[in-house]
Amino acid sequence: DDKLLTEPLSHPDFFSVKELFTLKDLFDARVHLGHKKGCRHRFMEPYIFGCRLDQDIIDLDQTMQHLQLALNFTAHVAYRGGIILFVSRRRQFCHLIESTARACGEYAHTRYWQGGLLTNAHVQFGPGVRLPDLLVFLNTLNNVFEPHVAIRDAAKMSIPTVGVVDTNCNPCLITYPIPGNDDSPAAMELYCKLFRMTIVRAKDKRRQSEAIEELR
Amino acid sequence: VRLICTTTAVQRKNAGASGPEKYTEAFIKKQIEEFNLGKRHLANMMGEDPETFTQEDIDRAIAYLFPSGLFDKQARPMMKHPNEVFPEQRKIQWGEDGRPFHFLFYTGKQSYYSLMHETYEKFLNVQKHQDQLIAQGLPLQKEKRNLAGSRWLTKIELEEMLLEKLSDDDYSRFIQLLQKLAALPCADVEENYIQKFSKEVPVQLQKVVIEPLQYDEQGVAFSTGEGKRKTARATAVVYDNGTGKITVNGTDILHHFPVLQDREQLLFPFQFLGRIGKHDMVCTVSGGGRSAQAGAIRLASAKALRSFVTEKEVEFMRQAGLLTVDPRVKERKKPGQEGPRRKFTWKKR
Repeated sequence: DDKLLTEPLSHPDFFSVKELFTLKDLFDARVHLGHKKGCRHRFMEPYIFGCRLDQDIIDLDQTMQHLQLALNFTAHVAYRGGIILFVSRRRQFCHLIESTARACGEYAHTRYWQGGLLTNAHVQFGPGVRLPDLLVFLNTLNNVFEPHVAIRDAAKMSIPTVGVVDTNCNPCLITYPIPGNDDSPAAMELYCKLFRMTIVRAKDKRRQSEAIEELR
Repeated sequence: VRLICTTTAVQRKNAGASGPEKYTEAFIKKQIEEFNLGKRHLANMMGEDPETFTQEDIDRAIAYLFPSGLFDKQARPMMKHPNEVFPEQRKIQWGEDGRPFHFLFYTGKQSYYSLMHETYEKFLNVQKHQDQLIAQGLPLQKEKRNLAGSRWLTKIELEEMLLEKLSDDDYSRFIQLLQKLAALPCADVEENYIQKFSKEVPVQLQKVVIEPLQYDEQGVAFSTGEGKRKTARATAVVYDNGTGKITVNGTDILHHFPVLQDREQLLFPFQFLGRIGKHDMVCTVSGGGRSAQAGAIRLASAKALRSFVTEKEVEFMRQAGLLTVDPRVKERKKPGQEGPRRKFTWKKR
């Protein structure tokens, strides 16, 4: 059991997450497109490649690195049987994200976030609830273009976060930010596909390793 | 002086009263065992067979052994199955390892949001189907759903269905989504799903049946009508091929209603239809005063005239107010006042 948990941590890319996407995939899904120069957030400047005709272009090399780290982390969390909660507040993609979460066997919250969900969980749900071990933000902003409350709450409850940050978002409190476009349907479908594939892979690997251990 | 910070002692008003007890499964099981044992003892005491001792027998036995004169039936001693006594608790929503069962558990309102998710999925399905039909060039089926005969579930019914509390906003959003789904041309694909949330409304349109004309011995057509106003009740029989003679309680109209206003009221239905000299009327009336009796006979005669007249004219009569019962009655006197509305004279000192 100990070996099951420590073995993946010794490899840098145990779940071979790098094979899931290429730069061309990201480009085709229009991940590099950001918002206009006026919407730019101060802390997103390191991730921006440049600006063309007032529209910001996100640096896809950095995105690749961040995406690889984030997917690796999600895979490890899924391997150890952690609860992953997909959060977004975009009505367009609400259905897509919920279906993705259901397909993975994980959880989603794309609706109105009630204040005490994470911080007051024992009162809201009942004693003995297990909080999510990872929050994945596919849209960091809520409907009023402000940072989602869950980022702050997760930081308060020491829950790691993975989030797709666009050029108008604040990447500060997110543990594994992924600079990228969060507005076009193609980009969102790509992210959902990637997360679904990593989680499914990680869970399969876990089941295989457990089967092998039992056979011994 | 507003108390800004309160101590815990003040917040817990009654130290002895705790919240609703959480009934564990073991507790409920023990209660069920005790109930079954008690049932057998009771059957033994009453001299009946313990195997075939039903709930009704238990109730009768308890009523016999513990007679109580209390008025409130729920305060009397009772012996019921623990499942009926202890309210149903929301079962634990997560498994042994702590992972919740439902994928929308962390939203707080899992059944409501999963319902919205499903409905939206059906919506997308219908749209896809529609797109396929358009691509193939086939016509879209447009069978008009009978909206008049059905209604959507009410908020309370939906709450019962989902076993969860809803807010008004949530409910209205769900209904709007259902309406959007039902309004699509190809919505009959998901007809089964929509029918789960709609209920038949018993057709309340009491189509007022206009009775056909009856014929008496001479072959003269006549029809009857009943009317009321305040405390007066009247029945009128209107005969065709008449001269405009009106008889009330056996006496002539001039004898019964000396005042012109009352006679005008009686003639109004005929004047409205332009049939003043064409009908005869015989009516009986009792109760009320002079005006009330006149109003009652007016209503009765208007109802009787419906059989002689086209539907359009009936609609005109209805709009003129000839066929509506006047609901005004004498308002009661209230204590502390001199009359129904008049207050006692206000004296400054």
